[in-house]
Amino acid sequence: MFPIFQIGPVALQVPGLVLLVGLWIGLTLSERRARRRSENPAHLYNLVFIALIAGVIGARLTYAATYPNAFTTSPWSLVSLNPGLFDPLAGALITAAAAAIYLFRKNLPLWSTLDALTPLFAVMGIAIGFSHFASGSAFGIPTQVPWGIQLWGATRHPTQIYEIILAIFTLIVIMLLDRTPWSLTPGNIFLSFISLSAVSRLFLEAYRGDSILLYSGFRAAQVISWLVLAACLVLLGLLIQRNRLEEEITK
Amino acid sequence: MFSILVLIVGAAWIWFTAAPLGSTTQGDIPAPQEGFLAPDFRLETFGRDGYTLSESRGKPVLINFWTSWCPPCRSEMPAIQKVYDEFKDQGFVVLAVNSTHQDNLGDAITFAQTRKLTFPILLDKDGLVGDLYEVRSLPTTFFVDPQGIIQEVVVGGPMSEALLQIRVEQLMERSP
Repeated sequence: MFPIFQIGPVALQVPGLVLLVGLWIGLTLSERRARRRSENPAHLYNLVFIALIAGVIGARLTYAATYPNAFTTSPWSLVSLNPGLFDPLAGALITAAAAAIYLFRKNLPLWSTLDALTPLFAVMGIAIGFSHFASGSAFGIPTQVPWGIQLWGATRHPTQIYEIILAIFTLIVIMLLDRTPWSLTPGNIFLSFISLSAVSRLFLEAYRGDSILLYSGFRAAQVISWLVLAACLVLLGLLIQRNRLEEEITK
Repeated sequence: MFSILVLIVGAAWIWFTAAPLGSTTQGDIPAPQEGFLAPDFRLETFGRDGYTLSESRGKPVLINFWTSWCPPCRSEMPAIQKVYDEFKDQGFVVLAVNSTHQDNLGDAITFAQTRKLTFPILLDKDGLVGDLYEVRSLPTTFFVDPQGIIQEVVVGGPMSEALLQIRVEQLMERSP
């Protein structure tokens, strides 16, 4: 594990650096896809940056509102670089809300835009795996398999490597699907990506050593992944059905 | 039909890979990572006797690795002292581990005295405790709850006063 990359006196946080590289590569892939389909990539860049900025500011303000005393005593902490002073759930919700507002105001189609952003999401999946590998988080359960890695006082499943492999596999499948007629129905690519990611997590979580357990020992992430997968499969079915109906009407 | 099959296989996988309650907690293994038991150590202090981490079991502890030449370490010390003053009467412990093998002992003592640091300054003369905690960057801070479990690791700094205050309050809430 290598959480820090030291260049002279500067200590760079590798997990954060990897996520930034992922954002850059992912956006480049999304931009290429947009150009190939004669779509305007500027909308994608604006959407991503507005949503991210809103998410970061919202996550910090929500956190400050949760702990007003600490921030009243030390108001400069509002602009602190400490990543621990963010509310991730609020940040995610505000990011989604800002993206939705941008889509609405620019009159962009929801499913096609999500399809266009799917290469970015898929690359970020790989980057998250690498960031887990760098920090040693999202570690596996103890094991005796020959490919186990020594980590946190035990030989463990290299779940970070599994995560990276599954995310690369997902990206390849998505890129291949994107060149087939399957991608012509708006939403198919995005929902396929979410379905594959849910299956990956369903599989991977079984080997994680830091799972949150529900009643009877079921792993929370697996249950959520299963529900997401079910929802995606239903939505995919509905989209395919609607597409067939539209084709019949056109004929 | 394919979708239903996938969902049935998924549900079966969840069932077969369910873990017994408590099996994924890491509290019993000492390791310098969130969720694990903080590895025990004993170090000399200047001005006092040696200090052993396990003596603080039952109290929230902040372990801060620092040197006198590291700018973010110097920046965050006043905030650590302020939070220590606020919570020490409630049992809060600060262990400022000076990476003495990378520092000059005289400079470290002068820094602690000029900044009027009142918490124990521990001397990691051979770097063994730094190695035990896999410290790769200074400062590095470990927030340890009263059960001895690491709740958060902050690599780099300076930590803001708000972060320190919130984390210490959260540790206090975990007190038995």
